[in-house]
Amino acid sequence: MTAPAPAADAARRRTPPAPPARARRRLPFSAWHLLLAPLSLGFALPLVWLVLSSVMTNAEINRFPPSLWPSGVDLGGYDYVLGNAMFPRWFANSSVVAVTAVLSNLVLGSLGGYAFARMRFAGSRLVLGLMLATMVIPFQLTMIPTFLVMKELGLIDTLGALIVPSLVTPFAVFLFRQFFLALPRELEEAAWIDGCSRLRVLYSVVLPLARPALATVAVLTFLTTWNDLTWPLIAINHDTQYTLQLGLTTFQGQHHNRWSAIMAGNVITVLPVLVAFLFAQKTFIQSLTSSGLKG
Amino acid sequence: MPPRPRADHRTGPGRTGPERAPRRTPSRTPRPLTLNPRHDGPGHRHPSAPTPRRPRTLAGRTRRENATAWAFISPSVLIILGLSIVPVVWSLLLSFRADDLVTPGRWVGLDNYRALVRDPGFRTAVENTLVYAGLYVPLSLAGGLVLALALNRRIRLIDLYRTLIFVPFVISAAAQGVLFFFILDPQFGVANSLLHHLGVSRQGFLSDPGQALYLLVAISLWSGVGFCVVVYLAALQDVPQELIESARLDGANRLRVLWHIKLPSLMPVTVFLLLWELITALQVFDLIYVTTKGGPLGSTTVIVYFVWEQAFQMFTAGYGAAAAYVLAAALLVTGTALRLYRRRRPGAAPDGAVR
Repeated sequence: MTAPAPAADAARRRTPPAPPARARRRLPFSAWHLLLAPLSLGFALPLVWLVLSSVMTNAEINRFPPSLWPSGVDLGGYDYVLGNAMFPRWFANSSVVAVTAVLSNLVLGSLGGYAFARMRFAGSRLVLGLMLATMVIPFQLTMIPTFLVMKELGLIDTLGALIVPSLVTPFAVFLFRQFFLALPRELEEAAWIDGCSRLRVLYSVVLPLARPALATVAVLTFLTTWNDLTWPLIAINHDTQYTLQLGLTTFQGQHHNRWSAIMAGNVITVLPVLVAFLFAQKTFIQSLTSSGLKG
Repeated sequence: MPPRPRADHRTGPGRTGPERAPRRTPSRTPRPLTLNPRHDGPGHRHPSAPTPRRPRTLAGRTRRENATAWAFISPSVLIILGLSIVPVVWSLLLSFRADDLVTPGRWVGLDNYRALVRDPGFRTAVENTLVYAGLYVPLSLAGGLVLALALNRRIRLIDLYRTLIFVPFVISAAAQGVLFFFILDPQFGVANSLLHHLGVSRQGFLSDPGQALYLLVAISLWSGVGFCVVVYLAALQDVPQELIESARLDGANRLRVLWHIKLPSLMPVTVFLLLWELITALQVFDLIYVTTKGGPLGSTTVIVYFVWEQAFQMFTAGYGAAAAYVLAAALLVTGTALRLYRRRRPGAAPDGAVR
């Protein structure tokens, strides 16, 4: 495709090679659209159907073959879910758990991460090693005794049982530590010299610089706590304490043919994550890939 | 000790000192340049006896540093270690007991493990898990790679395409399960409706023991492949552009660039994704709980579902804990093997340049 003459190369190597393919195109747009457009729409289709069916009437859904497009926007499903079922309560429960987990991971994770990154103290290496080791323990191994621990603490069937285990994760501590290690020390030293305590240094100098780490921990903590089903399923029995995921699952089991209401509840369940994702897409993706590539 | 002396050197004499040991700094840096007009007044300084005091201050500072550090980490230590080390040991003890979590149990030694080996239900769960992981892991990696290569170009709407392919990843497994249970409902589901329009007869889908597990793999791929895509896309940005350009100039075509430069650079990320997706696949639970509850006829009972059922439905927690330990051992072995593999070939590719 390119000229074989090596002498000419040296000069050309500096300039970015203009892709010759572009000149050959006949289509007014890249041929890749023909592949990517249907493919990506295919990925979105189940979610489109989720929204469409949530505004259909049950009569439209409960027939064979069901309609593929709503005849109008019917909010009966949303009415039912918000009025008769406990979705507002579950939404509040999920929010309490997720927001507490996010805030606490930011505070405790940055405190721990800062100590491990900047301070020398007895036992630091041992404790850090142990914490890292716990990251590979699968949840299934710990879920039965964690249930027993929560029962001992009298937290089973309360939101506390959901909050306590998610207060801080080794991931948050480790991510903050890695981030702080990469920050130059000089910035903090200036503050020490002015007589600031460690805590002041952390909150007024280090954390304002650590926005990417804060965002990553916040995003991933929110995503995992909001979306979790396994642990609420084990720790919660009474429907006043359900999270949205557990409530949606139970609601589906109890209302077999109220599909539009189930889908309305499903929309409510995924909406916060979806909105957060669409508004902070870059942060989401950077969080996931950075945590991934370091792993 | 360690940060302080370096600080003295680096921040320069003019700004050193007054924080914790204002007295010793001036004597240690005798250069005349030390004087800084806006520095604190001389009233603060104690030029006397700098050297003999140092060890004591140091010890005091170390003690104070220790206390502060432990105050910083103790909440995390308490929660993380308390809710992992304790349960891991407890779980091991449980696995040697017959325990229903309510009444006091009794010690049964290795009986739970012996029973597991003979339990056809557990064997089915292991087989189902292996089939699920054996399909999900390679397909998610291959699909993610192909999609990432296709999406790795600057054309209009590319951000939209990327978003649409990734968005299912943020949907919870419970929501996915409820949605696909509806879509795949044999009677009222839209899937059968579409097949009907195409002239295909009605399918049982998740109620068909022959199809359910494969459909669950497909649902997981729908949501899970986006993660592989974004990780591969990020890694593709890191493939050194000069390498590609010079290969192109040397006459390599696209396919050879892909094969000899891009794919080798993606090796480390691929090993990471392999490990990640394997762990995800071996631990699948939520989706199955919501859609099939392990059925029909046990065709989608996976190991975690088995553990959960034993512990919290059948109240044979000791037995469930033993099954969990078998799963954990499997995860540990695969994880260690992959890690060793990765460590053994640190530079399998031009990846030294990648990061």
